[in-house]
Amino acid sequence: MDFSLSEEQQLIKESVDKFIAKDYIFETRNKILETEDRFSRDLWKQYAELGWLGMALPEEYGGFGGSAVENMLVSEAFGSAMVLEPYLSTVVMAANALVLAGGSEDQKKELLEQIIAGDLLVSVAYAEATSGYNLANVSVTATGSGDSYSISGEKIVVLNAPSADKFIVSARTSGEQSDQNGVSLFLVDANATGVELTSYNTMDGARGANITFNNASAILLGAEGEGFEVLDQVIDIATAAICAQALGAMNTAFQRTLEYIKTREQFGVAIGTFQVLQHRLVDMFMAVEASRSMVYMVSMSLASDDANERRAAVSSAKAFMGPEARKVAQEAVQIHGGVGMTEELDVGHYFRYLTLFCGTFGSTDYHLKRFAELTQ
Amino acid sequence: MNIDFTAEELQFKEEVREWFNANLPADLKRKSELGIALNKEETQTWGKILNSNGWAAINWPKEYGGTGWSVSQKHLFDEVRVEVGAPNIMAMGIAMLGPVLHAFGTDEQKAEHLPRILNFDDWWCQGYSEPGAGSDLASLKTSAKLEGDEYVVNGSKIWTTYAHYADKMFCLVRTSTEGKKQQGISFLLLDMKDPGMTVRPIVSIDGEHHLNQTFMDDVRTHKSNLVHEENKGWTVAKYLLTHERTGIAGVAGSKAAIAKLKALATKTIVDGKPAIENEQFAMKIAQVEVDLKALEYTNFRTLAASATGGAPGAESSLLKIKGTQIQQMLAELKVELAGYLAYPWGTLGEAGPEDFGHAVASYNFGRASTIYGGSTEVQYNVMSKGILGL
Repeated sequence: MDFSLSEEQQLIKESVDKFIAKDYIFETRNKILETEDRFSRDLWKQYAELGWLGMALPEEYGGFGGSAVENMLVSEAFGSAMVLEPYLSTVVMAANALVLAGGSEDQKKELLEQIIAGDLLVSVAYAEATSGYNLANVSVTATGSGDSYSISGEKIVVLNAPSADKFIVSARTSGEQSDQNGVSLFLVDANATGVELTSYNTMDGARGANITFNNASAILLGAEGEGFEVLDQVIDIATAAICAQALGAMNTAFQRTLEYIKTREQFGVAIGTFQVLQHRLVDMFMAVEASRSMVYMVSMSLASDDANERRAAVSSAKAFMGPEARKVAQEAVQIHGGVGMTEELDVGHYFRYLTLFCGTFGSTDYHLKRFAELTQ
Repeated sequence: MNIDFTAEELQFKEEVREWFNANLPADLKRKSELGIALNKEETQTWGKILNSNGWAAINWPKEYGGTGWSVSQKHLFDEVRVEVGAPNIMAMGIAMLGPVLHAFGTDEQKAEHLPRILNFDDWWCQGYSEPGAGSDLASLKTSAKLEGDEYVVNGSKIWTTYAHYADKMFCLVRTSTEGKKQQGISFLLLDMKDPGMTVRPIVSIDGEHHLNQTFMDDVRTHKSNLVHEENKGWTVAKYLLTHERTGIAGVAGSKAAIAKLKALATKTIVDGKPAIENEQFAMKIAQVEVDLKALEYTNFRTLAASATGGAPGAESSLLKIKGTQIQQMLAELKVELAGYLAYPWGTLGEAGPEDFGHAVASYNFGRASTIYGGSTEVQYNVMSKGILGL
């Protein structure tokens, strides 16, 4: 048993942590939020130059061949500062979808190299208005063959969609609405005819959109009708990544609250001298530590050859961390009192960030049920 | 023991329902149902409609233009109000200043302010908390010094809800630093147009502007604006805390919220079936409903006791703690039901069904309910001291 990082991983961690502490403070983030993209393209380029975008992607496509641990390190650090750049959308989700989907090696290589270089932004469109969290519940349809498909229907809440160059879209090529067989993945150009975005800001400060496809031209990724397994694995990898992000955010919210009760005075003393608050901070600390254990667990399980083992690990982590994240978020606001309710302090932003975590890639109930079914 | 309302009371309930159905503007009803706060103009419009029927101040005695209703009537009114989706008016003037003036105001103060409060001509905000005085309210530092016939006020108040709408502010100020900190506090009325008053907006985590910080810089006000005696302001503030507060438990509101949540979960299709058919989700709604039942009957017991003269004291802390817990849980369940529609921010109805458009904002702002009006932690202290004698 060994939870220590390799020398290379240690270096990565130090460099990402240092960047976050120095160059991604709350005020910097607020400035980025004033721009149209609501993330910084300059910083995105910088991440590419530092090698962060290709860190966990295979060497044959221009990556550095790192494991899920590298992705975990970056995700935790990014979560601790609520980083706005589309790392989750483009690198964790889209790049892994391209890697895992079968199909033309040339096509993969070209797209992945562009992503790793920071020149291409891709978002994955999978959720639908009535799909809940079931990735097989797909009503968007695609028809065609060979190089020529066309896609129709609506996807909702596609993260970072307004700035994406391309979309990876799950669509049904055969079967009933909730069949796993018959789900295919497609690549669609953001500016293709028949692609229409309803864009909005998202609660975490970024941008998102609902996308309507109306006979939009699409390229099939991998084998027709066999996209579900790929999408399922991609969302599992992404779930592990947001667990790491949430861990970073929980830890920051906890640290801020700990600092606050040591300095905020009421009744002539620091409120941290009140036992009732001391115990609640211990609860928050325990939530962070147990979540860290789950994040390590899930990061090590992602590489499993047994898909059900991977699924169960991911669902256990998400089901465990949802309530813990919510508790830490709510306690951070409550213990800060009025000032925790304001836009001016970062604590409220962590609250919102963690609220979104709870309902992304499956709610607590969804994952608890999935875990129960996989382990019966 | 029985919990039945009399035939007259039920008749009254029916009349209230009929009146609401005939007089509640549809746009205000929709906003209220979505959990969106009314703006100033809308609040005043609705307040004047209520006042035209003599219903602006259900907690005021008849002699001051209130309804003079019994606790049962107030309870039934509240129940119908939320059932029909009428807005709950958060008017500090009616809820707080009115009862203070009834008990402590001079005849002149009553004559000047009460009719204008009742008709929503003046919007009052509350200046209690300060940056350094939150749960420890008595440590407030905003000072008022008497110079001739005028008090000169300096300091700042925070969480002054809707100060940007307000015409006037009632506030607690320090008039003496002698003795215990509670003893040097006075209750003062200020005009927001007084020179030296400035309001800084504070945007809250629902992305909206309800809160403010208000600064008083050499603000002068005539000494006739002192309520009760100098250095007796703490008595006034405490009176309000023990003054009968129907509705602090929010039972009627939570009941209506459960009904709406169930209806929404019935029409919201999640992975092929209505969300209400998901047993995990249905059980969570049921749990809140069971908790609410316990609160409702506790509330009835408090109402019954106060109807026979017992003023609710520390018991109202219990009602607030449990009531706000339930409200927050209901908001949380609505966010859970929204699923990915928790993401779109400030796009009412553009990204999905309008019902979810304000769900997350309401959940976010609802976190304040366990902070304001005496935080949950303060309520625990009140109960451990006031009821358990610890």
